Amino acid sequence: MDKDVPRAHHDLGGVSKFLCEPVDVEPHALTDFDKEVDALRAVLGMKRVMTVDELRRGIEAIPEAEYHRLSYYRRWIRSIADNLLVKGVITEAELRAALDRV
Amino acid sequence: MFAPGASVRVKDDWPETRGPVHIRTPHYLRGMPGTVVRQLGAYPNPEDLAFARPAATRALYHVRFDQPAVWQEGRAGDELLVEIYEHWLVAQ
Repeated sequence: MDKDVPRAHHDLGGVSKFLCEPVDVEPHALTDFDKEVDALRAVLGMKRVMTVDELRRGIEAIPEAEYHRLSYYRRWIRSIADNLLVKGVITEAELRAALDRV
Repeated sequence: MFAPGASVRVKDDWPETRGPVHIRTPHYLRGMPGTVVRQLGAYPNPEDLAFARPAATRALYHVRFDQPAVWQEGRAGDELLVEIYEHWLVAQ
C-alpha cells in the first residue's frame, strides 16, 4: 500500500503501480548514442566540470511525464545539457545550432 | 556517531516540499525505526555536491529495517538493509 507522502516523482521504491508491471531483466546492448553519452559524462567528471551528484540532481529535476518517457541515457544527456547551460559552459544558442545540424 | 546495534529512527522530514533538493534517503523509510549494522565510511554530503556547494563530510551507515513494517508485506524476519547518512538518523 502506498504511503500518502510528498515523495519526489523519481523516488519510486515500493510504489505499487510499478509492482504491477513485470520487470524487464534482459540485458540490453548499448547503442552508439548510449556509449557517447557515457563517455561525455566521464570526460566532464575528469575535467571537473560536473559531478555524478549533479548528474543525478539534473535527472531528478526532469518533469515527471518526460522522466518516464525518456530512456536511461536520454535522461543523462538531458541532465548534462541542463547542467552545462546553467554553468555557462554552453549557451542555448549553441545548443540549438548543434541540434539543428543533427 | 552511532555504534553497531544502535537503535535509530530516520527523520520524518520532507525537504522535497521546500525547494529543489537531492536526497538519498528513500521516501518509504522516513520516520521508520531501524538498527545500525555498521559504518560504511564518511563521504562529502551528496545533498550539497549535487548543487556544487561546499560539502561537509558525513558518516554513512548500513541500517537494518523490519521489512513487513515498511512494506506491509513479507514474512516476519524479512529485512531491508539501506545506506543512510548520519544527518538523517536520530537516536531512538
